[in-house]
Amino acid sequence: MTDKLSNAQIAWRAAQDISDGAYVNLGIGFPEMVAKFQPPGRQAIFHTENGVLNFGQSPPEGEEDWDLINAGKKAITLLPGASFFDHAQSFGMVRGGHLDVAILGAFEVAETGDLANWSTGPKGVPAVGGAMDLVHGAKRVAVITDHVTKDGRPKLVKKCSLPLTGVACVTRVYTSLAVVDIENNRFVLREKLPSMTVQQLQDVTGAELVVPNTVGDLVAPEV
Amino acid sequence: MDKTVPTLADALAGIEDGMTVMIGGFGGSGAPIELIHALIDRYRDTGSPGNLTVVNNNAGNGRIGLAAMIDIGMVAKMICSFPRSVDPRAFTDRYLAGKIGLELVPQGTLAERIRAGGAGIPAFYTPATYGTDLAAGKPVGEFDGKMYVQERWLRADVSIIKAELADRLGNLTYRRAARNFSPLMAAAGKITIVQATRIVEPGEIDPEQVITPGIYVDRVVEVTAPAQEEALMRAGVAHV
Repeated sequence: MTDKLSNAQIAWRAAQDISDGAYVNLGIGFPEMVAKFQPPGRQAIFHTENGVLNFGQSPPEGEEDWDLINAGKKAITLLPGASFFDHAQSFGMVRGGHLDVAILGAFEVAETGDLANWSTGPKGVPAVGGAMDLVHGAKRVAVITDHVTKDGRPKLVKKCSLPLTGVACVTRVYTSLAVVDIENNRFVLREKLPSMTVQQLQDVTGAELVVPNTVGDLVAPEV
Repeated sequence: MDKTVPTLADALAGIEDGMTVMIGGFGGSGAPIELIHALIDRYRDTGSPGNLTVVNNNAGNGRIGLAAMIDIGMVAKMICSFPRSVDPRAFTDRYLAGKIGLELVPQGTLAERIRAGGAGIPAFYTPATYGTDLAAGKPVGEFDGKMYVQERWLRADVSIIKAELADRLGNLTYRRAARNFSPLMAAAGKITIVQATRIVEPGEIDPEQVITPGIYVDRVVEVTAPAQEEALMRAGVAHV
């Protein structure tokens, strides 16, 4: 395997599937990058768990208002048409199925749609935040992730080995090598790097890939 | 009727050892820093109130606010979703030493448990945590073909929150995303104590703009130009 998409390119690819006017929650950290790559002419409305809809980029340093932050506690700005609401209403939007897309990071995703992304085990101080709520309710729950761990083990697996965030919740995975849908408890290959064979991709995937007649090329610009 | 009180100490009267205290805010946004620091000062002078159970989304940051409460030993247990921060040592050190308890609750469940507490609903079902370690020991139920976990309400002896405007009847507005948990906690506390940046006369807040109606509020103290936890952090302030 010679090449793979960078994190920014994975985020770019995920952004291409967000339609104009979609209500979107981006998990803290890597998924926040998706907001930078909205295709021209489309404007998604971003939701943050702490009670803001329709926020924009961070303000310049020195102009932060610390009453105006996102779930990652970073300073944000408001876009025209923003709104504020309390935490119960915010998570009601999530669980109530009002978000079109939630995009999250992952340690592992199982072919059943199970997600592990909140804990690497019992060491240290456990912290869950909104992860276990966010995986329920959005019309699409997508994951962006490297295809394998830093030491080369598959992150797409038959069964998660780490503590679960949610059961049967993920619908699509954007990785550094492929785009994979989860349908009927199987990984269905939608796109792969053109430089890879299906067998090469299967070799770094921890469960069987269902390969339809048409598999697209996963191509992202330098971003 | 006049719910305003002249000092922070007056506002905090009656908080006793062993109580459950909800504290508003999400990280520093909405944290009632001056009320928290006044409560710490009282503990330092009198040794009370200690052995508290505190409900907040987080578990403090640095050496100020909730972190300073934990640092000085007032808190026996945290009920929160994310006990991590830029500088989480106050909680982390005590937790790893077995000196503070933790009930870890997903953020949306935490918010809804507090909402339920204020609304008189003792239990509800949510999809969050189903099939995970955090559902251990909780009843589950199937509704319309999907599995859910039963969660209990959360109520407090005292809620301590920060508002932007308050009138003498306790009607409140909040500033931007500083609203977060505070309206829920205002309703879930037996006694709700508010620090407001400005106190106005009844009628000065447009009824359309009231976020927390005064029925939930017991005491209001004015704190003009309240400190921001994040700004104190960056300035290296410690209240210990």
